[in-house]
Amino acid sequence: MAEKDVIIGLEVHVQLNRLRSKLFCGCSTDYHASDPNTHTCPVCLGLPGTLPVVNRRAVEYAIRVALALNCDIQGETLFYRKNYYYPDLPKAFQITQYDFPLGLGGSILIKGEDGEEKKIRITRVHMEEDPGRLVHAGTIDRAKYSMVDYNRCGMSLLEVVTEPDLRSPKEARSFLDKLRNILEYLDVFDGDLEGAMRIDSNISLTGGERAEVKNISSHKGVEKALAYEITRQRSARRRGVAQVQETRHYDELRGITVSIRTKEEAHDYRYFPEPDLVPMRIADWVPKVEAELPELPDAKRERFVAQYAIADDHARSLTSEIRVANFYEVVAKRAPPRLAAVWIADVLKGELNYRDVTIDRFSSHQMVEILDMIEKGKITEKAAVEVIRTILDHSGDPSVVDPVAVVEAKGLARAEDDAVKAAVRAAVEESAQAVADYRAGNEKAINFIVGVVMKKTRGRADPGEANRLVKEALDGI
Amino acid sequence: MLRELKEGLAAGASAEEVVSAIFEKIKRSRLNAYNCLSEESALERAKNFDKKPWGGLLAGVPIAIKSSISTKGIETNCSSRILSGYIPPYDAHVIERLKEEGAIIIGKTNMDEFAMGTSTETSCLGPTRNPWDTDRVPGGSSGGSAAAVAAGEAPAALGSDTGGSIRCPASFCGIVGIKPTYGLVSRYGLVSYANSLEQIGPLALTVEDAALVLDVIAGHDPRDSTSAEQDRVFLPHTERYLPSLTNGVKGLTLGVPEEYFGEGVDPEVEKAVWDAISKLEDLGAAWKMVSLPHTKYALAAYYIIAMSEASSNLARFDGLRYGLRLGADQDWHTTFSEIRAAGFGPEVKRRILLGTYALSAGYYGRYYLKALKVRTLIKEDFERALSAGGADLLVTPTMPFPAFKIGERIEDPLSLYMADVFTVPINLAGVPAISVPCGFAGGLPIGLQIIGRHFDEASILRAAKAYEDATPYHEAVPKEVV
Ligand SMILES: [Zn+2]
Repeated sequence: MAEKDVIIGLEVHVQLNRLRSKLFCGCSTDYHASDPNTHTCPVCLGLPGTLPVVNRRAVEYAIRVALALNCDIQGETLFYRKNYYYPDLPKAFQITQYDFPLGLGGSILIKGEDGEEKKIRITRVHMEEDPGRLVHAGTIDRAKYSMVDYNRCGMSLLEVVTEPDLRSPKEARSFLDKLRNILEYLDVFDGDLEGAMRIDSNISLTGGERAEVKNISSHKGVEKALAYEITRQRSARRRGVAQVQETRHYDELRGITVSIRTKEEAHDYRYFPEPDLVPMRIADWVPKVEAELPELPDAKRERFVAQYAIADDHARSLTSEIRVANFYEVVAKRAPPRLAAVWIADVLKGELNYRDVTIDRFSSHQMVEILDMIEKGKITEKAAVEVIRTILDHSGDPSVVDPVAVVEAKGLARAEDDAVKAAVRAAVEESAQAVADYRAGNEKAINFIVGVVMKKTRGRADPGEANRLVKEALDGI
Repeated sequence: MLRELKEGLAAGASAEEVVSAIFEKIKRSRLNAYNCLSEESALERAKNFDKKPWGGLLAGVPIAIKSSISTKGIETNCSSRILSGYIPPYDAHVIERLKEEGAIIIGKTNMDEFAMGTSTETSCLGPTRNPWDTDRVPGGSSGGSAAAVAAGEAPAALGSDTGGSIRCPASFCGIVGIKPTYGLVSRYGLVSYANSLEQIGPLALTVEDAALVLDVIAGHDPRDSTSAEQDRVFLPHTERYLPSLTNGVKGLTLGVPEEYFGEGVDPEVEKAVWDAISKLEDLGAAWKMVSLPHTKYALAAYYIIAMSEASSNLARFDGLRYGLRLGADQDWHTTFSEIRAAGFGPEVKRRILLGTYALSAGYYGRYYLKALKVRTLIKEDFERALSAGGADLLVTPTMPFPAFKIGERIEDPLSLYMADVFTVPINLAGVPAISVPCGFAGGLPIGLQIIGRHFDEASILRAAKAYEDATPYHEAVPKEVV
């Protein structure tokens, strides 16, 4: 529901995890399956005397994102130190951006609550390094000790800050889905990796102070966290308790937010320009990065509608994930594009979502074969769905790969006319009561007899065709 | 002198004997110049050299390293309790270079804690003594390196210079010290005190020795983003500065900044420096008075910038990953607070607190930003004085007075900070400077500071060498040499 009095702004931390090395050292970013503290070096451990060196590719990726988000790229950009003590921060400062961030003033289009296209303004996009990760022995409040894993320390992060343009948790979720989609189009980000996207949110009700909700660890968690916080602020207002400016922590396990500090206790991070790095003139980099920018979701959607003559909703669905869009384009070259759009957007995506798997589980070749069988009338639509489900449910089983073989093995081929006619005759004979009801004027009784036909043909008969044949048989007697 | 040592080693003299003799001298010494010796590895390397000599600009030459420069496998404690026992797993860029050119690291020298001082008295391991008068300080913060070289406890040494930390002890101990142009020598591996100001540089007995060591350590390093790239591509085994030494001073114009003489300067120091200017004139240089009008703001700007950067740089020392640990751990906040309380000395704490204050919201603009603006003005002062048609080099006293007594100024930080008045502007401007011996006052050495344009170390060395050749001061030997 659109909530007129809800004001939400997001600060999204995105790990540029498609980079091969960290932001300021040569350590590999491929740590997700590794033991703790195996992807570290003197630089990302902040050992005395070490110095950061900017990963130029990370800056290129960041420019790519800022351009895709329609930001103005600053001519010169520099890094600052944000000073604070925490065990996951081995230098006791984070190298980040402050004044002169990489990109300013962008926007993203999302589908708003009312179904209309809505522009969400982006305040800034800046680069920073990720801290390490604390692992508590037990829960955070009960743990006897905590351990630090510095594998993540020094990973390239982008912080994307929006204006307070979002009006509901659902809109926030749409924004994040769209952002993730764009990042994957740009090939700078893999949203499936742990810690890839982390969200802080500023949220208030009209006329009230805002709370900053930190530690939302996924784009999926954001709706729950924001819904809780809105309810909390509303009920406080009803009780006459004024919201104060504060920072709250989202406890994912309990699904609640907890106040951690008020404005008076705010940190003084003592930002100052990082003296170990020099300002970067990135204006000169922009033309090259811009020229190499891939087609983005909105442009692809428009092209799909124009090129394949498919519905806008289908085009939106197909382009909402780069892998699905690429899949569709391969299939559309070898099958009727409109049929392919319906089957991929409406059926296949639903089956994938239901199983929470990606489209990598299904091949374009399989899809083309299934569409071919539908088009030639070899299988019914119902059977086609069955084939898709069977393949997905037996992923990894080499004997369940070929759709034609699946149709054969499960006897899903559309029944020959003779077989259907025989089934109709038998069904009419067996269903004396239904026949009598039909003759007495109860038209609906025919459905029972069609059901028997379908049972006898094990679903291979086309229901419409069966209906016609049963009617013919009854009326002809 | 390094040349004689190298020639001797090349002719078959034993590196092991040279190194052993140095260790014996160090052990007999009362100077407290070292805070950690690498006797075993040094002797082993010397033995290997004797068995199968290698080449290089410093083949077989023993060298001492300031304790703020990271050495793989050798404790690097910055003379601070908080880093006691810290053994780096990597070598600084300059150490890699020294090793590549065949040098032998003999140990780490004493210093003011984290290079914060002008006297080497803030070391947690006690003060180093001046070999010319053991009741006096050797200068600082690279006091251990300077005292060791002056007393023959090391043929040459590396120091670091944030606001005079090479030139001051070179001046107080009667030797040569160079603060290179900011960006000439990689800082990779130098434990940061004030990143935007400091450089590693040589301390040596002669201009030629200092030039040779500078040849080894200068050059671009991609691991330091502030290391200069233009025309500095590192070429192994090349001598860039040594050949410039023979050019003499004919055709050079010296600028004498009026602000560096007069009030606060010891008359004997002032006289020695003017005598040096006359000597250089005799040798063919021209000279004229110049002005560096923003000099009076330099100390304030320097201390604000240095302390601000230091407050951030030193925040990482929490005892969690390396360094000092105390008893049983409590919660993280308590544990690191107690470690920092016990691990840092009073001067370091003072500078961290002042720097933290200067960077705080509401004060940043009033202090740090303003200091950066002053820094720009000071840089412009130097660029104007050293512009084409102006002076090629500037000559000044290095320190306003000779070495003071141990304990004389340590209780009065401001008077100690004032001692840096002629050295800090050079760091703020980023230009190179050398200190060479130019006389004595009451038996204590006096230093002449020669300042050049960015990356024009060659002209500085050329003038310093001409002056050295024409004067006897570098040949004098301190009392404490046993
Ligand atoms: Zn690393």
